[in-house]
Amino acid sequence: MVVTNTTERKPCLSGRGVTKVFGFGNQKTVAVDHVDFDFREGDIISIVGESGSGKTTISKMILGLIGVTEGEIFFQGQPRDIKTHRKKQEYWKGIQAIFQDPFATYNMFKKIDEVLLDCINMRGGKNLPKEEKERLMTEACSFVNLKYAELTNKYPFELSGGQMQRLMIARIFLLKPKILLADEPTSMIDACSRATILDMLLKLRDEINMTIVFITHDIGLAYYVSDTIYIMEHGKFVEVGKADDVILNPQAPYTKRLISDVPKIHEEWDLSTV
Amino acid sequence: MGKIMLDVKDLKTKYVTRFKEDVYAVDGVSLQIEEGKSLGIAGESGCGKSTLALSLMGYYFAPLHYMSGSIEVDGRNISNMTPDQVRKSILGTEIAYIPQAAMNALNPTQKIIRFLEDVIHAHDPKVSKKDIYDMAKERFEILGLPESVLQKHAVELSGGMKQRTVIAISTILSPKVLIADEPSSALDVTSQKMVIKMMRDLMEKGFIKSMIFITHELPLLYNVTDDIMVMYAGQIVEKGTAKEMVFDSLHPYTYGLMGSIIVPEAGTRDVKLTAIPGTPPNLKRPPAGCRFADRCKYATPECKAFAPAMKDIGGGRAYRCSMSLEQLKEVYGRD
Amino acid sequence: MKNTINQAFHSPKFVFGFVIFAIMLCLAILVPAFSKADPLAMQAAACYRPGTYFSIADAIEAKKYNLKMDIKSHRFDKTLTQEDKDSMVEWLVKFGNVEESEIPADAEEFVVFWINNYKDIKIKGLTNAKKQYYRKLTAKLSAMLKTSDIVIAGEDPDTGELIEENKIEFNSFTNVNDVTVRKTFLLGTDNFGRDEFIELCHAVGTSLKMGLLAGTIATIIGLILGLLSGYLGGIVDDIIVFITNLFTVIPSFVLIILISFSVDQSARGVLLVGIIIGATSWTWTTRSVRSQVISLRNRDHVNMSKLSGHSLIRIVFEDILPYIASYVVMAFILQISSAILAEAQLSMLGLGPATTKVATLGLMMNWAMSAQTPLAGQWWAFLPVIVSIALVAFSLNLMNTGLDQVFNPQLRD
Repeated sequence: MVVTNTTERKPCLSGRGVTKVFGFGNQKTVAVDHVDFDFREGDIISIVGESGSGKTTISKMILGLIGVTEGEIFFQGQPRDIKTHRKKQEYWKGIQAIFQDPFATYNMFKKIDEVLLDCINMRGGKNLPKEEKERLMTEACSFVNLKYAELTNKYPFELSGGQMQRLMIARIFLLKPKILLADEPTSMIDACSRATILDMLLKLRDEINMTIVFITHDIGLAYYVSDTIYIMEHGKFVEVGKADDVILNPQAPYTKRLISDVPKIHEEWDLSTV
Repeated sequence: MGKIMLDVKDLKTKYVTRFKEDVYAVDGVSLQIEEGKSLGIAGESGCGKSTLALSLMGYYFAPLHYMSGSIEVDGRNISNMTPDQVRKSILGTEIAYIPQAAMNALNPTQKIIRFLEDVIHAHDPKVSKKDIYDMAKERFEILGLPESVLQKHAVELSGGMKQRTVIAISTILSPKVLIADEPSSALDVTSQKMVIKMMRDLMEKGFIKSMIFITHELPLLYNVTDDIMVMYAGQIVEKGTAKEMVFDSLHPYTYGLMGSIIVPEAGTRDVKLTAIPGTPPNLKRPPAGCRFADRCKYATPECKAFAPAMKDIGGGRAYRCSMSLEQLKEVYGRD
Repeated sequence: MKNTINQAFHSPKFVFGFVIFAIMLCLAILVPAFSKADPLAMQAAACYRPGTYFSIADAIEAKKYNLKMDIKSHRFDKTLTQEDKDSMVEWLVKFGNVEESEIPADAEEFVVFWINNYKDIKIKGLTNAKKQYYRKLTAKLSAMLKTSDIVIAGEDPDTGELIEENKIEFNSFTNVNDVTVRKTFLLGTDNFGRDEFIELCHAVGTSLKMGLLAGTIATIIGLILGLLSGYLGGIVDDIIVFITNLFTVIPSFVLIILISFSVDQSARGVLLVGIIIGATSWTWTTRSVRSQVISLRNRDHVNMSKLSGHSLIRIVFEDILPYIASYVVMAFILQISSAILAEAQLSMLGLGPATTKVATLGLMMNWAMSAQTPLAGQWWAFLPVIVSIALVAFSLNLMNTGLDQVFNPQLRD
């Protein structure tokens, strides 16, 4: 991993006091509690937390799929405005996502061509000639080592989990967003395919110079891929820093516990501390 | 060498799908576990490891079918027993099984102590409730579970606590073999660690004589079990001690699998992850040659034609590859 | 789609239901198509039992044959039941001062013996009804004993004298095929003298049409409200759930009765009743569609569709509707069946379609009830209607459960 000097680059996505409250009255639950963040351009950022820590909620707020109760999100230095559908469409040209479960991400009634064509249309390629569209789709598929000719007229559920997730990356390749939010992209697929997916994501980042935000519960994976790590507990960031600092020299007790509870290979796994 | 608790020879079982197709999910598996030892089984999803767990119990019901091979628990052959016999005389006392979603199997309307009563009464109806309570209390204390759990309903317990309770219930009769199929995969890391600690306690205190631990998480397996077997497409491709398997793997598949381990410790970022391209073969029609040949970097045309046999190289180590030890060392660049 | 249909026909439940339904549908389509006559035209007097009727005048005119046959004992065998025999023996022993051993066993001799011994006298301990019964029985039996020929006479227009026109001998017969004017009522006639079978076939068709209309209306309303409420959420959801709950709390049948009652009798046709039933039975569809949509709208494929910038309508039609389509089809089938039943109930109360042009299953039941056919033992007036209602509802429900097996993988074997 290459860690470049991040201080020089300006943040492309930041949040100030971002809060999400679900329900009201007695059933009020604060899922995300006044968090601040600055994601710098070209970085790979990981948000690590256990189930129920609010990491999925924050990812949906960043994507604009759910509203923000309080606080503000800044996109490329400007306060984000997604009040109308048109503005949302514009925003989503700059930020895209890969979801956890490849089997649930695709509409099973739509063919693969339609999925990819949607992306071309979104990038303003609606009026391109058919050959040009096909060329773009073939290029995207070959980027993720899939053969476009074999995919036409197929439905996504005819592919394996790893292939579906690769198709998702092909989609991102066509959309070329500024920021990619990857919500546990490898947790549902086999360890052997995981490396392929990660390699492709990193290759894609270099290709189109985007920022990747990883949402994961796997602290080892976060350490392996990211430049900056945000550790999240109960809706708050308890530790933020460069990957090496956070993992090798954790300060927050929660981070320490999290790291010590994961089985390791070279170090002794101390079972007496539970 | 200790007493052999579980001895499986050339076990073959199959699934029959809805469309009446046979899936040969366990295709000639042999394994042995000595008293006081634990064995880990690793592999990708769909390699047959969960089917193997079910098959080892000798408890066959549709769509799982027994084909051939023998299973001996502490010298007793159980492979030719009827499901009813197996349920009455094997499950609980000889073999205990914990599936991945075990914690969701608890009936929410009953107290935990009722499950224990059920388990014990199924094997000895004469035991009084008082005796069961005392016995359960003692066992729970040793395993670090509070006594109050006994009087609670399943819904009042957290996920990790539920899973530990289920393990305590299923091992209350001190079985000779415990088969755990992904017992901690659905839990967060802290609960996972508690479950693992409890399983280790069970072994150390002698409540279970041996254990089979099935998971796809290799770092976990490395820390929990003495030996590891790697399964691929219904067959064992390599076996050895945990340390040998992780640091000195022989089979190309194991080598790739071990190369995909990521743990949060120094040096992780310097290693390049290895990826294995392709997908496992369809078990409805297993290939004639080596099952890994299609995905193997080092495969020769001969690999695709002839299925290699398990090569025993002593010390409990064996692998299923046509290459010799020297050739393997050469291709991996090891000394 | 093709695959689903293919699978549906592998489910025995669905196939069984479909066959029954297809038979009912064929009857409802083919019979009216081949008999152009008005199904409500009166053919006969009220409540004739099922059977073939032929003109007696034609039978008299038809060619006669003499058969050698013991007609009397045949008559007794056919008409004298064991019950009658037992009560006759009882009377003879009790009141006729006859020993049981004296009574002859042969039917004809027995009847002669009865006529000789029976006296229409006042006897204590015998109810009036019983006395009446014995009197009628005796009259019937003595008529049967007669073996004289029947002479048919015509009046001479000039003299007024009776002239023998035709003579029917005691043992003369005619071939049924020689009688030219005949009419068969497969299921008899109803209380207005209409052919029950033709009427029933028309009624099944009308009821199905009405059920289809009511089911379509209920499904469309339910689907639209459920989609809106589930997908939009918020205040729209609250309002729709409130209305739905309101309709659920008030039993829909009471609502149907009230609406039907308030509509003028003359305006209440099949169409209107269908609309009324449809407009009151959508709550169940709304609730289930809403819960399905709520679970779907947070699915990742919907999120991905949103991220692709699709509009709300497109998301609803492409990402939500296909997933709940199977569910809606099943709800639709159930709605048809329950609408047919609701119409039957409503008509039984006299609030169904008021019409003299078409019959519905409910109306036929209503007519049979009001003519008190069950009391008179005229089973053909109501039993076939009940069986038709049951078969239609049963086949639709069977198809529904069969489809459930196809759509829900958990229920597959």
